[in-house]
Amino acid sequence: MITVHAKLFATLRQYRPGLSIGEAFPVELPDGATVGDLVRQLGLPEDQVKLVFVNALFRGLDHPLADGDEVGIFPPVGGG
Amino acid sequence: MATILRINMADRTYTLEDLPEKYKYLAGRGLTSTIVHDEVDPLCHPLGPNNKLILSPGIVTGTSAPTSARISVGAKSPLTGGIKEANSGSGFPPSLAKMGIRAIIVEGQPEEKDEFWMVYLTWDGEAGRPKVEFLPADKYVGKNLYKVFPKLLKRFGQVNIAGIGVAGENLYNNSGVVFDDIQGRPSRYAGRGGLGAVMGSKGLKFIVLDAKGAPGVELANKELFNQGRKKLTEALMQHDITKPKGALNSYGTAVLINILNEAGGLPTRNFSSGRFEGAAKIAGEAVFEGNKERLGKELYNHACSPGCIIQCSNTWYNPDGTELVSCQEYESIWAFGANCGIDSLDATGELIRLCNAYGLDTIEMGTTMAVAMESGLLEFGDADTAIALMREVGKGTPVGRILGAGTATTAKVLGVTRAPVVKGQAMPAYEPRAVKGIGMVYATSTMGADHTSGYTICPEILGVSGKVDQFDRDKAALARGFLEATAFIDSSGHCLFIAFAILDIASGFEGVVEECNGVLGTNWTMDDVGRIGKEVLAKERAFNLAAGMSNKDDRMPEFMKIETLPPHNVTWDIPDETLDAVFGG
Repeated sequence: MITVHAKLFATLRQYRPGLSIGEAFPVELPDGATVGDLVRQLGLPEDQVKLVFVNALFRGLDHPLADGDEVGIFPPVGGG
Repeated sequence: MATILRINMADRTYTLEDLPEKYKYLAGRGLTSTIVHDEVDPLCHPLGPNNKLILSPGIVTGTSAPTSARISVGAKSPLTGGIKEANSGSGFPPSLAKMGIRAIIVEGQPEEKDEFWMVYLTWDGEAGRPKVEFLPADKYVGKNLYKVFPKLLKRFGQVNIAGIGVAGENLYNNSGVVFDDIQGRPSRYAGRGGLGAVMGSKGLKFIVLDAKGAPGVELANKELFNQGRKKLTEALMQHDITKPKGALNSYGTAVLINILNEAGGLPTRNFSSGRFEGAAKIAGEAVFEGNKERLGKELYNHACSPGCIIQCSNTWYNPDGTELVSCQEYESIWAFGANCGIDSLDATGELIRLCNAYGLDTIEMGTTMAVAMESGLLEFGDADTAIALMREVGKGTPVGRILGAGTATTAKVLGVTRAPVVKGQAMPAYEPRAVKGIGMVYATSTMGADHTSGYTICPEILGVSGKVDQFDRDKAALARGFLEATAFIDSSGHCLFIAFAILDIASGFEGVVEECNGVLGTNWTMDDVGRIGKEVLAKERAFNLAAGMSNKDDRMPEFMKIETLPPHNVTWDIPDETLDAVFGG
């Protein structure tokens, strides 16, 4: 098993209520799990997952996760 | 028939001119930059009698096209020494367009120093044309704009206002042109490049505009216009970023704080890191949660100007439920927040409120404050001293005047080599070492460092119009494409934020072109977008060249090539040839 530290932002925060903004929480996943596996385990609707940063780098759903990874997950957002 | 209103501040006279044939299809940035190019001596002093201030609403401004209440303001910039276009949303632009005025050209300079005037612009129904009166404005000089705007609205009734604060009166290189927001606040700015000082140098304090009785914008092809308007409206209502209760409407532009922080591209403590440990406390989510806690209900954002669907403008409330400021935008929160090491929305809100009160550009002011912090004038994170220094700027004390001169000048005076500027204008809230394409835009933009002249953040960070690697260095074509398309959007009269929707939804982009054709009677296609943008940029570059700039000015500050930026530990490593290829290759 591996443990990653997930952070949910903007409208995705509703899927882990009670956490402060940007607060990371540990998630246990089987070895070899991907970003997509994490998204499914967290129960996030895939069409609302637009951007995922693993250790500050943009990654796709098929990216394999490693123990200790920090994963920030965003819905579609824009601004400027 | 569209007209140009030419105002001479030397003798307070005006003329109404038929729009010349050669300007027939120009509006917004396309027209301000063309008139600056055609009429302003590139070697003139920006604050002397030969500079001109041009205001022009966009092509579809004043119609029912969604999110289109924009105005471009242009001149030779006292901050950069080159051409400048800054734009703003407000009720002012549609009112001006409804009078049939395609541009106001303010020229000349009164002989009497320290006298300020107002232009009172109304519609003369009998004569069927605009009418101008010159009224003394001295009693509004030196005052907080939050006090002055209500007085003007009380005196003149339902009017729109363009004006300057003490920053423009004092000829600060950091001074914007302020417009009224939808609730009459002095909070919408054509902020960048010191255009307030150009207006101030002409003794012009306000343009007060009453469009009552004005005929409205003529449509050459109403059916085509409506077809385009519908397509764009559908795209805006449908896209996740721009739709009601979507990201911008819920969290405002500051929803970007966390995402840039996650990407390691949020400039922190005067561009010394790409991550701020206090980011979550100043993010759009914190604005939403903070207001909910203080007001006891969820608050969605409002339109900054009439007819906007996106409605991204927020208000930040004090703990007692009274209003502190509108609006805390991403750029403004970042400039005074992460970039100054300040993690309090109450502090950023107060600093932004003071910028609005004095007539300052929040980006330039925040980056200037960060440079002052680096110099040791105050500590990073010291909000109380930052607020005290802002009051010095408002009072016009010697230290206040130095800070009001902008980031580059302040860095020179205080001996700071880490000055994050291009062509004298400070960088906004994206770290170019970590997001290469936006750095190429900063370097090569005709405006100095300016994210709104080519928002490559869409594909580089947000995954809008596809996704490209933020570190990829081969982005000359990407930067060029965004620079050109933006010069077109800035001419159309639409807010740049329609780009989020129309870059992903092609019918929305078609709709914009059809709206323009519907107003102008042109037969533009999507291919004309790039051509029109290119023509605008060519005039701007020609002006800058004649003003003494060259490709050597299309460069990043040296410290970014030397200092590595955490957390990615990257430098600015784009070769100069790649920068030159943006326009040359």
